Amino acid sequence: MANDPTHQFLVNKIVPIEIGGIDFSFTNASLFMVATVAAAAGFLYFTTSQRGLVPSRMQSVSEMSYEFIASMLREGAGSQGMKFFPFVFSLFMFVLTANLIGMVPYFFTVTSQIIVTFALAMLVIGTVIFYGFYKHGFGFLKLFVPAGVPGVLLPLVVSIEVISFLSRPISLSIRLFANMLAGHITLKIFAGFVASLGALGAVGVVGAVLPLLMTVAVVGLEFLVSFLQAYVFAVLTCMYLNDAVHPGGH
Amino acid sequence: MFVTPASAESTPFEIAQAETPAVTHEAQPAGEVHTETGVAHGDEHATGVFPPFDQTTFASQLLWLAITFGLFYLLMSKVIVPRIGGILETRHDRIAQDLDEAARLKAEADAAIAAYEQDLAAARAKGNAIASAARDEAKAKADAERARTEAALQEKIAGAETRIAEIKAKALADVGSIAEETAAAVVEQLIGAKASEAEISAAVKSAAGK
Repeated sequence: MANDPTHQFLVNKIVPIEIGGIDFSFTNASLFMVATVAAAAGFLYFTTSQRGLVPSRMQSVSEMSYEFIASMLREGAGSQGMKFFPFVFSLFMFVLTANLIGMVPYFFTVTSQIIVTFALAMLVIGTVIFYGFYKHGFGFLKLFVPAGVPGVLLPLVVSIEVISFLSRPISLSIRLFANMLAGHITLKIFAGFVASLGALGAVGVVGAVLPLLMTVAVVGLEFLVSFLQAYVFAVLTCMYLNDAVHPGGH
Repeated sequence: MFVTPASAESTPFEIAQAETPAVTHEAQPAGEVHTETGVAHGDEHATGVFPPFDQTTFASQLLWLAITFGLFYLLMSKVIVPRIGGILETRHDRIAQDLDEAARLKAEADAAIAAYEQDLAAARAKGNAIASAARDEAKAKADAERARTEAALQEKIAGAETRIAEIKAKALADVGSIAEETAAAVVEQLIGAKASEAEISAAVKSAAGK
């Protein structure tokens, strides 16, 4: 069981809670969601509590993440999109922190659960649809009708646009989920090789060097992926929000 | 691939159905495991499905995600974003203010330099004017002095020339009487008699006239 690469994704109940026959237990997944929020919010809160005119190192990390997302959103969705800044910033910080916390051995990776990434993706798409209709009414549907397309091709183009729009939450959620899942499984398998080869004696120990090096390399890669996937998630969110803000112009 | 065939298209209900025989199957041959059934059931329940696709955990995860992410969003939008935004705004304002101040000081310094240059140029021009005036004055004075000296010299030369002319004329006039006296003395010595003054004078004049 210890070497089962999927064991790390098991959701275990810590405090069983059941409401109306549905299981709402506080699980290790819930615990690490709380830890993610506490770590991200705590970091941002305490590093900026000095409000230094000249920032300390940690304060400048918080400011950098703020400006990073702010410029991303401004480029992606224009200045009108800036009203979504707290949302995109929360998403980015949540996903990034969850990914990074998941890199600690024996810690649970919140974003390796498809339901979590799917819920976040649906939140994004839901926001896009809700704000799009709220702001532009049926004008939001212009999103599916690109300008300058000949009438004959219009049904085809519109159906393609609709399908691509509908596939967004799926691709958005599966990209993050699959990256975290695959990375952690790869890591677990290589690390498992080290342990099981090391148990075979001298030859095994020599043979274990290669998977050990791979494990180290994959750990580095996974840290990169952790950041990159949070970045990609935020960038795509900005792009989708741009459709809600400017449905005609794309 | 990760999902067992029994639950490949499972609803939570179907999972429950599929698991029931699995548990009983395991519990039947190994009676000693039965004490761990509670724990084993939890593991069995999860290993039956690839954990991330275990739909029985979805409701709980969704609820807790909603709670934690909702709280996180509130905290971000109410506290963190305004705070960091405020910090950055303050800094930008401060930098802009400092830049303005620096630009103002630079303008002042430029103005001071310009005024200094102007003063310097004026002083230099004034100095030049004074110097040239002094030079002109000195030159004029020297010219006047020279003119006066030349005039005085000219006057002296003229006086001297007239005096020389007078002396010459007088000398020339004296030459006649000296000659007459000399002639009278010579005549007296030679003939022992005095010649009349008129004769001697006529004789000298005729000799001088030759």
